[in-house]
This record gives sequence, C-alpha cells and structure tokens, in this order.
Amino acid sequence: MAENIQDRIRNFCIVAHIDHGKSTLADRMIEKTGLLTNREMQDQVLDNMDLERERGITIKSQAVRLIYNARDGKEYIFNLIDTPGHVDFNYEVNRSLAACDGAILVVDATQGIQAQTLANVYLALEQDLEVFPVINKIDLPSAMPEEVKTEIEDVIGIEAEDAPLISAKQGIGIEEVLEAVVEKIPAPDGDPEGPLKALIFDSLYDSYKGVIVFCRIRDGQIRKGTKVRMMATGAVAEVVEVGYFGAGQFIPCDELSAGMVGYFTASIKNIRDARVGDTVTEDQRPCDEPLPGYKKAQPMVYCGLYPADAARYPDLRDALEKLQLNDASLFFEPETSLALGFGFRCGFLGLLHMEVILERLEREYDLDLISTAPGVVYKVYKTDGTMIELTNPSNLPDVTQIERMEEPIVSAEIMVTTEFIGSIMQLCQERRGRYISTEYIEQTRAVLHYELPLNEIIYDFFDALKSRSRGYASFDYELKDYEESTLVRMDILVNKEPVDALSFIVHTSNAYDRGRRMCERLKDEIPRQLFDVPIQAAVGGRIIARETVRQLRKDVLAKCYGGDISRKKKLLEKQKEGKKRMQIVGNVEIPKEAFMNVLKLDSGN
Amino acid sequence: MRKISIYIHIPFCIRKCLYCDFLSAPSTPDCIEQYVRALEAEIRFSPDLNGLTGAGIPDHPEIQVDTIFLGGGTPSLLTPDQLERILTTVRESYRVQDGAEISMEVNPGTADLERLQAYRGAGINRISIGVQSVDDAELALLGRIHRAGQAEKIFREARQAGFDNINIDLMSALPGQTADRWEQNLRTVCEWGPEHISAYSLIIEEGTPFAEINLPPLPSEEEDRLMYHRTQTVLAEYGYQRYEISNYARPGRACRHNCGYWTGHEYLGLGLGASSLIGDRRFKVTASMPEYLRRIRLAASGRCCGPDSNSSDSNGPELSGLDSYYEDIQQLTLRDRMEEFMFLGLRLTEGVSEAEFRRRFGNPVDAVYGPVLARHTDGGLLERTGERIRLTEKGLDLANYVMSDFLLD
Repeated sequence: MAENIQDRIRNFCIVAHIDHGKSTLADRMIEKTGLLTNREMQDQVLDNMDLERERGITIKSQAVRLIYNARDGKEYIFNLIDTPGHVDFNYEVNRSLAACDGAILVVDATQGIQAQTLANVYLALEQDLEVFPVINKIDLPSAMPEEVKTEIEDVIGIEAEDAPLISAKQGIGIEEVLEAVVEKIPAPDGDPEGPLKALIFDSLYDSYKGVIVFCRIRDGQIRKGTKVRMMATGAVAEVVEVGYFGAGQFIPCDELSAGMVGYFTASIKNIRDARVGDTVTEDQRPCDEPLPGYKKAQPMVYCGLYPADAARYPDLRDALEKLQLNDASLFFEPETSLALGFGFRCGFLGLLHMEVILERLEREYDLDLISTAPGVVYKVYKTDGTMIELTNPSNLPDVTQIERMEEPIVSAEIMVTTEFIGSIMQLCQERRGRYISTEYIEQTRAVLHYELPLNEIIYDFFDALKSRSRGYASFDYELKDYEESTLVRMDILVNKEPVDALSFIVHTSNAYDRGRRMCERLKDEIPRQLFDVPIQAAVGGRIIARETVRQLRKDVLAKCYGGDISRKKKLLEKQKEGKKRMQIVGNVEIPKEAFMNVLKLDSGN
Repeated sequence: MRKISIYIHIPFCIRKCLYCDFLSAPSTPDCIEQYVRALEAEIRFSPDLNGLTGAGIPDHPEIQVDTIFLGGGTPSLLTPDQLERILTTVRESYRVQDGAEISMEVNPGTADLERLQAYRGAGINRISIGVQSVDDAELALLGRIHRAGQAEKIFREARQAGFDNINIDLMSALPGQTADRWEQNLRTVCEWGPEHISAYSLIIEEGTPFAEINLPPLPSEEEDRLMYHRTQTVLAEYGYQRYEISNYARPGRACRHNCGYWTGHEYLGLGLGASSLIGDRRFKVTASMPEYLRRIRLAASGRCCGPDSNSSDSNGPELSGLDSYYEDIQQLTLRDRMEEFMFLGLRLTEGVSEAEFRRRFGNPVDAVYGPVLARHTDGGLLERTGERIRLTEKGLDLANYVMSDFLLD
C-alpha cells in the first residue's frame, strides 16, 4: 500500500537561465492543475517577495504542492520546488535540488543555451537528478526549436528529440509538460517503515510558530507529536504541526511520509537549531547516518553594514539573524568603524546576493543602512610565517609585515554571439583577465573561457558585459584559486583624516584611476563646510589624487518676511535634520548618504 | 502696559514681479474696495476675537498699539480714502500710541505727490519705497513696473509731502550684476539721503518665473558676499549702521516694527494671509480670498463663526472663535519660545540679551545652549560680550547654519 503512495509522488524543480520563462511555466502548471481559482492566481505565484517581482528573478527557494489528474486516470502529487536562477545562488540551487528527484530544463527557443543554463544543469546532473528539457517561447517568430534541440543534445548531452515545445506565456504545451513529469521524473523510493530520515532544505522564521522547517522525507514518517532530533545540532523538539505547501500558504495535514515534501513546526525558537542541510530523525529511533547534505557555500564578497541611526544596531543584528535562518550563506560578525560606528562585516555569495540582502534589510526590517565598498577575501602572508584571510581592508597589516598577498581568481564562461567577441575580450583584458580558450557552439555563438580576478567582477562586470554585447552575452563563474598579486590598500582622507569606511584594496595598475574617481565623487557628496576641505586618495603614505571642497561662504536668508516665522523655522528645521544625518569625521560633517552614493557610484565606468 | 504691533496686508499689485513669491495678485478697483470693506470689518471684530479688549477693565493691562505696518503686494494701490478708512478703523478699535511708527510700502510706479501728501495726512509717518535698483536694465529684468527716474522723483516728492523717515529697498546679486554696478546703485541712493536702507540679495524662489526662465548668470557666491561686505563699507561711509542682516539705518532710525518681529514683540496680522503672534500663540489668516471674505461675513455678523462658537461651554468663546477664524494656530511651548528667542534675535546685529533670556525662561542661557554657544564661539561665528550674544561678521554670512543649531532636540 505504502509503495503506491510514493508511486504517485513526483518531486522536481525547474532549472533555466534567467528570463527563459521558469516562473511563468510554474504559474501555468499551477493553473492547469487547478489548485487555485483564477482569483487566487497572482501573476507570479511563486515569487512572493516584492523584490523578486520587481527584478523578475527568483531569490528564495520555495515549494508548492500540486494535484494532477494524469491521462492514465491516476491522481499525482507534484511537489514543485522553485530554484533561483542567478549564479550567485548556486548554493540555494543546490539545496533545492537535494529535495528533488528530477528537473525540468527550460530553454528559450529564441536564445538557446546560456551560461546559467549550463551551470544549473550540471548542478542537477551532479545530484543524479533525471533532467528532461522543454523548449519555451515557441510562439515567438524568432523561435528555432529544432536548432535548440540539437544544441541541447550536443552541448549538454541529454536526449531532446521529444522535448515538449511550449509557450508558457500563451499556455501552449503545458499538458505535455505535466505528462512528461509523470513519465520521466522517477518516483521517490524511500522506506516508509524505516526510521525517520528527512532533509532540511529550507526554513523560515515565524514569530508565532517559531522556525518552520521545510523538509523532504526520505524514509519513515513525521506527524504531530513526533519527537525529532536534528542530527548535526543535536537539538530535540516535539512536532506541533506538519503540512504541505499550498500556493503561498501552509496547509496543515496529519502526517508526511516517505517521498513527501512539506514542513513541520516544533516551537523551535533558536534559529541555529534547525540548520538548512541538516538531517531530521526520530529521537527515540534514529536512523544510522545523516543524509550527505551538501557543500556549504563560502561567502565570496564582503562589505561592512552599518545602521544610519546608531541606535538601531540591535535591530540590524536581529534582522541579520533572521535572514541568516533563511539564507545560511549569509555571514556576519560585529565590527567597528571610526567613521560609521558599530556595525557588521557581512559576507555574501556575490554582489547580487549582497544587493538583495541590503534591500531586504531596508524593506522588510525598515532599516536605513550604510554599506562600505564591497571587497573579496584576500590572503595575506606575513613575514612571520602566518597567513590571514582579509575581509576588511582596515585590517591590512603594515606593508613591512606583509610578505605577499593573494587574491581569488575565478574561471569564467562567457557565452556570446561572435560579433561581440572582440569587445568582450577587450573588457576582460581591461579587467586583468587571462584568456584561456574559445569554444564555438555553432557558427555564430561561442563560449569564451577566461580567468579573472574576482575583485574585478564584483562591481559592475555584469553590466559592462551586457552593455558591450547589446544584452546578448551571458556569464557564469566559479572560484578557481588564489594567486599572488600586487595589491595595495587605498585610503581616502577627508581633511587629512583617513575615513576607514572608504578604504579598499586595489591592484596597483588601477590604483591611480580608482583614487582619482573616488575623490571626484566624494567632492560632490560632501557639503561645503566652514573651511576648505581637502579630499585625498593615498596609497601607503603617498597622496595620489586630491580634490578640494571649497568653504561655505554664505548661508543666510537675506530677506526674512517678518510675521511668517513658521516658514523660517521650517527652513531651519530642515537644515538641522540634515545635520543630524551627518557623520562627523575629524571635524568634517559628511552626510551618511555620501558614503552610500560614493560607493554605489564607484561601480560606474 | 501691553504693547502690540499691527500688520495689515494688501494683497494687490499692478503686475507680479518676476521674482516675487509673496501673496499678491493683480486686481480691479471693485475687488480692492470689497477687500478694504472686509478689512475694516476684520479690524472691528479683531479685539474681541483676540482678547485684546483690555482697555478699561480692571486688572487688565492697557493695550496700546506702538507700530502699524501696511505691506503687500502694493499698499500704494489704495486710494487715500481707503487708507484713511483703514487707519481710522484701527484707531477706533485700538488705542494707538502717540508717536507710533506707522509705515507703508510704496511702489514707485503707483504714487505721486498728491497721493503721498494724502497718505501723510492720513497719519502715515514712515514709507518704504521699493526701488530695488536704479538701473533701468536691471529693473526691466526684475519685471518691475517703474523706471529708475521715477524712483528718485518719488523719493523727492515723499520728502516734499513731509516724510522724514524713508526706507529704500535695494536688491543685490541680480543676474549679471557686478559688485561695481551694485556699489554704483548704493551710492546713488545714499546721495538721496534716506533714513533707512534695506539691502538684500535676490533669492530665486521656487514657483516664480525667475525659477523658470533663462537668466544671465547669477553672481557667484564669492561675488555675492563681496557685494554684501561692500554694502556695509559704503553705507558706513554715509553714516548708515547695519542693525539686522539686511537692514541699515541712520542712528535712531531702525524700523521699530521690524525689530519687533525679532524680539518677540506681540503683533496682530490683519488681512489675507497675515501672521500673528498674540500671547503665546502664533496663527494666520486664511490665504484664500473667497474663504477670507466668507469668514469675515460670518465673524462680523455673529461676532463668531464656526459651528460651536455659540456654545458657552468650558472652551470659552474666545478660543473657539479664534479657532474657527484663524489657521495654523500654534501654541508656543517653552521650547518653541526659547528657540525663537535665539534664532530670531540673532538676526539683529546687537544679538540677544542674556539677562532677558534668564528673565523670560528662568534659566541662564548656558544651561540650555551651553554646548552650542561654546562651539560657535570657538568657531568664530558667535561672540559674547558678557551681556549679549551676537553673530560675528562671518556668523552673519552663515546665519542659518548657526541658527539651526538653536533648535532643540
């Protein structure tokens, strides 16, 4: 009997390059399975964060349970687990994939395979998932389904001949996809009678229920009252509620058994007790060994985060802790800046990940933040034989103590149409890239293989790539190695005082340019003071660029029309408000936004 | 004895100047007459409405008006008869002190000897002439309706009409103006010999045509300051002393009405959009003409307006009447009053009196503003004589910067 239940379960995800139509396909599948009325149907059901909707990308993996009446007359339970598409979120893709038995690969019929398509397919194949392709956007005039099929077979090496040809937008071919899920995705094959063994693939903190644990049951079953143990942390808790994922809501049920995907709550208050990737088992009847879990992602990009209002430091800490529960790849530790006060050094998977976290902190937690220049992790070998991993430029030891420094290098694959090869190669050259090879996929498209220093791509590489290829190039990278490099710390001095929050590590070949640009931009951001304020960029003790903010000579309301005092007072209040937002560095008042604007602008060319 | 000032707003002009953001608009004689009637009514009910009917009541200090100021717009659009009626109504409703300063603004394009004589006869004893510039090109640029020659003529006629207390308004930092050109304007006017000169720099206000149109380049901040500093030197040469950020006067001729604003003197504003400070309340008359006329009708007919003003409950008729007639009523707290005392008082070159601060607020000024005072004294923007606190030369240039620090958290 129990075997039968698993036979009718399909756990899968959809992988695709950004914009190839993953979310739209998910929506159509949800519609076709009739789980929702049209009224409930939001435009993109899976992407329920504002931010995702605005950027059109999926950030946070989520799951939904669908009921499908197949052509064979049976009712199937589909657990569709959403995965993020961007390169920064490989880690999250990984943990989503671990809960699946198969994957649908969506490829755009007009664009063919892109860099992230490859990256995600390889991740799925590494997890031993069954992958079948569907060709999307066949309604567009420029669709070339046959060519794309050939490409999939040649480049990825999976069967594509009978791939469903669909238009998720128009609702064409969705039935085919659903049938293919039944036919091609293997059913789970866990042991329903064995000891509980479940993988935590995500979690969410709810202030009423505590931690909501998203899990895939491999063996056994879990129900209200089950006493569970997290194998890595050793935490024990009694299950209060189990359920599955409706569209955008949690639907309680009696039990989850082998093969199922769902959630449980157990009044777990400490966010660290239920780590994503851990295995859940029964306290009294534990399984032999935990599931393999998956490789924990290492943060690659770091920056300092400070509350604009110092009093909100504890709020920032709470917010980071909560976000970390949902996003184990987020790293943070307290740090202090002379310029910005108390804050945190935070580590991210990439720049997009950083932006997403910043926006979530500001929107969901209503925090006003100042972030320092993003940097990568440098290895600093000291003359005394020790090595430090440098995440904060301020901690760079004195030059006399440094034997050598190493910076992270990534292997990058850039997929581009041949007409743009020249300009993309030039871009990589400017970014200190090392050319490895060019691989032609077809006559007009090629993959460029480059090795690039990570710190050259964390700012604006992606934007530059897009603009130099009219949007056609796609890009993926992975950390390769550390290499020795001639790096220096650039200090920015305002009125002769170094501003620690603005220091950054830079390759000697770029130092002059970056320093000059920072000074120019800072000049526009610092309001005039009562004296001339020099702004300088320095490497070691040497000044390499300078600008001056001329002193304020006039700040007076010449004609103050007598009676109307409130108008004058409003003016002064505004001015006073402005002063409050100032950070005093040395004896110069710098608006907090200045830090943010300068750092943001630094990404420009 | 309680002294108050009266401000009367005349919101009409022949044509709006291109830089002007005051409450005024072109109008017809009929409309002006309708407004003057409303104003007369307002003056009549204003003592009751504002609790200023103290005269004769035991324990109530006698109230005297010590200054009256008619501003605009262009008050000189009023016919002598209209002006006479307004001032007569004020005298019938309030006790106007002997020797009260009674000023009005005069636009050189709207007056002549006959009119000035009539104004003088009605009791006006100080006029302020909006000359702005004595260069025809600059006047045209500003959109003024008069020419330089007219301004000088009006000044002479004012003297002839018997005015011995005259202010000339001049504007510096005009588009394309140089410091030398400005000095020329100053010297020309000084030669006329007015008692008072207001010399302020042009401010381009949002919403005015000046903010929209293409103008010759404005003088740089350095030039603007050079003009201000030269103003002081040149005017000093002719015996004028700076007593406020933009105001200069011969000894004893500072504008008493204006000084009142900076020293917390009570004033009652009458007419469209006028602001008042009575007791420890600030409030305004509506800035909408139809609404103004409606409220006047209501208030004049029933001595009240608004739905609950007839009720004699604990609110007291005074407050409910005030409430329904005025707008933006603000009850000043101790904090507001201390802030205002400082940031308004510092507009005067003599600054604020430490003893007066202590008398009014019960605390030495250092107990409230110690750190701010120390910072700006050290920074050379404020100076303390022991008795007074005032802005230094440099502090006057950066007045807002200093004043905003006197707002309390």
